[in-house]
Amino acid sequence: MIRDDHMETVSPFDEAGIEATIREAAEAGTPIVVRGAGSRSGLGRPVQAAITLSTERLTGVTLLEPSELVVSAKAGTTVAEVEAELARVGQRLAFEPLDHRALYGTTAEPTVGGLVATNASGPRRVIAGAARDALIGVRLTTGRAETIRSGGRVMKNVTGYDLVKFACGSHGVLGVVTEATFKTLPIAETEATLVLEGLDDAHGVAALCAGMGTPFEVSGAAHLPALNGAPSRTCLRLENFESQVAYRAGQLAARLKGFGTASRLDAEASRTLWREIGAAASLLGAPERAVWRVSVAPTRGPGVVARLGPLAEAHIYDWSGGLIWVATSAEGDAGASTLRPIVREARGHATLMRAPDAVRAAVDVFEPEAPALARLTAGLRASFDPAGVLNLGRMHAR
Amino acid sequence: MSGIALLAPDPTILARRDAIVAGLRAIVPGEGVIVSEDERRAFESDALTAYRRVPMVVVLPSTTEQVAEVLAFCSREGVPVIPRGAGTSLAGGALPQEDAVVLGVAKMSKVLDVDLANRTVRVQTGVTNLGVSAAIAHEGFFYAPDPSSQLACTIAGNVAMNSGGAHCLKYGVTTNNLLGVTFVTLKGEIVEIGGDALDAPGLDMLGLICGSEGQFGVVTEATLRILPLAEGARPILFGFPSPEAAGACVAAVLGAGIVPVAIEYMDKLAIDICEDFAKAGYPRDVGAMLIVEVEGSAAEIDEQLARIGAIAEAHGATYARQAKTLAEAAAIWKGRKSAFGAMGRVSDYICMDGTIPTGKLPEVLTRIGEICEAQGLKVANIFHAGDGNLHPLVLYDMNDPVSLAKAERAGEDILLACVEAGGCLTGEHGVGIEKRDLMTAQFTRIELMQQMRVKSVFDPAWLLNPAKVFPLENRIAKAAA
Ligand SMILES: Cc1cc2nc3c(=O)[nH]c(=O)nc-3n(C[C@H](O)[C@H](O)[C@H](O)COP(=O)(O)OP(=O)(O)OC[C@H]3O[C@@H](n4cnc5c(N)ncnc54)[C@H](O)[C@@H]3O)c2cc1C
Repeated sequence: MIRDDHMETVSPFDEAGIEATIREAAEAGTPIVVRGAGSRSGLGRPVQAAITLSTERLTGVTLLEPSELVVSAKAGTTVAEVEAELARVGQRLAFEPLDHRALYGTTAEPTVGGLVATNASGPRRVIAGAARDALIGVRLTTGRAETIRSGGRVMKNVTGYDLVKFACGSHGVLGVVTEATFKTLPIAETEATLVLEGLDDAHGVAALCAGMGTPFEVSGAAHLPALNGAPSRTCLRLENFESQVAYRAGQLAARLKGFGTASRLDAEASRTLWREIGAAASLLGAPERAVWRVSVAPTRGPGVVARLGPLAEAHIYDWSGGLIWVATSAEGDAGASTLRPIVREARGHATLMRAPDAVRAAVDVFEPEAPALARLTAGLRASFDPAGVLNLGRMHAR
Repeated sequence: MSGIALLAPDPTILARRDAIVAGLRAIVPGEGVIVSEDERRAFESDALTAYRRVPMVVVLPSTTEQVAEVLAFCSREGVPVIPRGAGTSLAGGALPQEDAVVLGVAKMSKVLDVDLANRTVRVQTGVTNLGVSAAIAHEGFFYAPDPSSQLACTIAGNVAMNSGGAHCLKYGVTTNNLLGVTFVTLKGEIVEIGGDALDAPGLDMLGLICGSEGQFGVVTEATLRILPLAEGARPILFGFPSPEAAGACVAAVLGAGIVPVAIEYMDKLAIDICEDFAKAGYPRDVGAMLIVEVEGSAAEIDEQLARIGAIAEAHGATYARQAKTLAEAAAIWKGRKSAFGAMGRVSDYICMDGTIPTGKLPEVLTRIGEICEAQGLKVANIFHAGDGNLHPLVLYDMNDPVSLAKAERAGEDILLACVEAGGCLTGEHGVGIEKRDLMTAQFTRIELMQQMRVKSVFDPAWLLNPAKVFPLENRIAKAAA
């Protein structure tokens, strides 16, 4: 274990070290903030902690079995390393990881632990599911300083409760993910994107929904409104074997004829575009702006944006319209008091993804929960971390 | 009569039976409360038929509000509750106990809303699995998880067990296709979890509830993700001289970057029994068989099947038959989907459900053969080969206690072999009572304690499905109710 007294950062080499750090902190009631590489450290409410517990020294791909479509890695392994190892055998993670660096202006390579803790899922979510769907096993050192396993290395497993899903997206409030096992898939032979230009939000999202309703396995569906004089773009991605992509692009364009004539981006241009859409940041204007992530049933998205009016300084739709990235002014409550009721009326929810610390400390970053649900959440959290020392306040105010 | 210990009924509850019935009648009118012994007997077991217990009373509410009142009432009275869908659990998940109220959702079976643009449906959970797909098929959509029991089993049971099916290699299991639920807590609170967006806020409560085997609360409504039907689908059937050759072929197909919608495996005994029943035209002169299904346009299907065919040939396939018509495709699937029924006509059986890393297929199959031979029992192997989910059917005679004991012993040894091979006790049927006592083979004491703590958050007095999932010994202390 290496201890850096100035930074108050502890970076254990193994689970035993993680357990020891948590045990000590829990006994003393010392709050801990859990950290991977810190590439997403602007996500969630700011945590006041005396100790930073880093997973950066828990590294390595521990299992790679291409014929079983499975990969395991310790928490501090970079996502890039996992992806590179998989690429060597022609595979990739079964979901599309979302890289938050552009949003937060960070540079450190994102780690597996952070990816799991934030359930960070990119455009392919619409067809392939989120990180939580591809995650089939975890090791988690809980706030009790106990390491538990859930799931495993097999694709189908309903043995015991699904703590794999529960750990995924838990932002470190239940425990420290020390190792994760994911389902993998072959890398698609090629990809292409159909682009319709000039549609307004409602027609753009309608086109995306129409595309998702076809059998052509659209694997990315985003609408990018007009920006700086350039027309809006409605984008539908196809990934598959070369011949399939060619055939499906033709069929899909024909089905979408009512929305206009689609142009086609080849593999290279398509990859660049979807990297930009996934990262979202560059499409949302100045880095000083606050950024919200609104989840709603796709067809209700344009109505939400219309009601936000000038509050939405910029916005884009991903996930067929079901995920709206909205940029607002970071002043005041970053628009929370206006935005939240509008989103709730559309039966959606909103997360304040980027805002100055003071704003994220003052407003609910995650959607506030109904009382009965909040009680369950609090009870469950306490069952994993009775001393309440892990990432205290990151998800909900204490 | 059989090996798995059940909880002894609480005499203080039995003594209050009349008052409890009256209390339930005040909430659910008329035939929604089932009291006569004859009618209660229909609920005495699920598909793990070796175990039966006639419940104290059965209640079939028609609304979520009634479910909430029933649960609040049972919670106040300290009466155990056994949630029930269609009772097709193979793990004894829906097995009642004599001092319990069976709370069934059978009367809540409506499809409430179909939203094609957003690709969701909202249902009451008493709807059957097939009922969901049937409601949207004419629009060109389907609900992906397809347990073989889909004609009978309910979405309630599917959510509770996180059920899978033959096509989940590509489309995932229940948890991957579930967007929201209406969940009723034991206190009678009605909680909306998730909704019709792709992700839900907060901790992944939906993921936690799915697969919780009716131990956390009662799920009365669900929002499901639906998918457009493929342009076409075509199964191909391969025969191999040996199980090993078939297993190697599966690994090679996946390794080659092809992920079919389904890869199903059947061994010789399974083939014979299914063929006798379904006349699906299965080859009888092979050691094992694979059904591989791919989807797409006709040209896409041809291309994929050509690739798969080449791999199968390289692995010694001695028989190949592509379905040329819809009827032929249906026939190929009919044999597989009716496998359990066909087996039931020739013998009693227990259906195991372990999962293993697919690379371990040959050695685990050999081991299963040895285990059953040691007990003098026959075994037929059927499974979802693409994801390593095995369904060995151990044949026995239900009227012979010795035979049942041997079958249970063999079943246990098979599951332990799965765990040893790096797999798990159950891939899709759930733990129920059947695998409850084996949980210590897969999990440490610390791990089981944490899972039990989670249950206690939802159900501090352990009233919901209390005899299931965790061994009866070494349980977490009940919190004072
Ligand atoms: C012939 C046959 C084939 C099968 N094939 C498959 C298969 O391919 N894949 C597969 O995964 N399974 C399969 N099964 C198992 C079974 O069908 C599934 O587990 C199914 O999901 C059970 O649904 P059910 O409605 O019958 O639930 P039940 O058996 O009534 O109950 C199952 C569990 O759910 C709980 N429960 C029921 N309703 C609720 C509710 N409203 N709220 C909370 N908890 C509830 C019960 O307490 C119980 O623990 C098969 C079973 C049979 C008999």
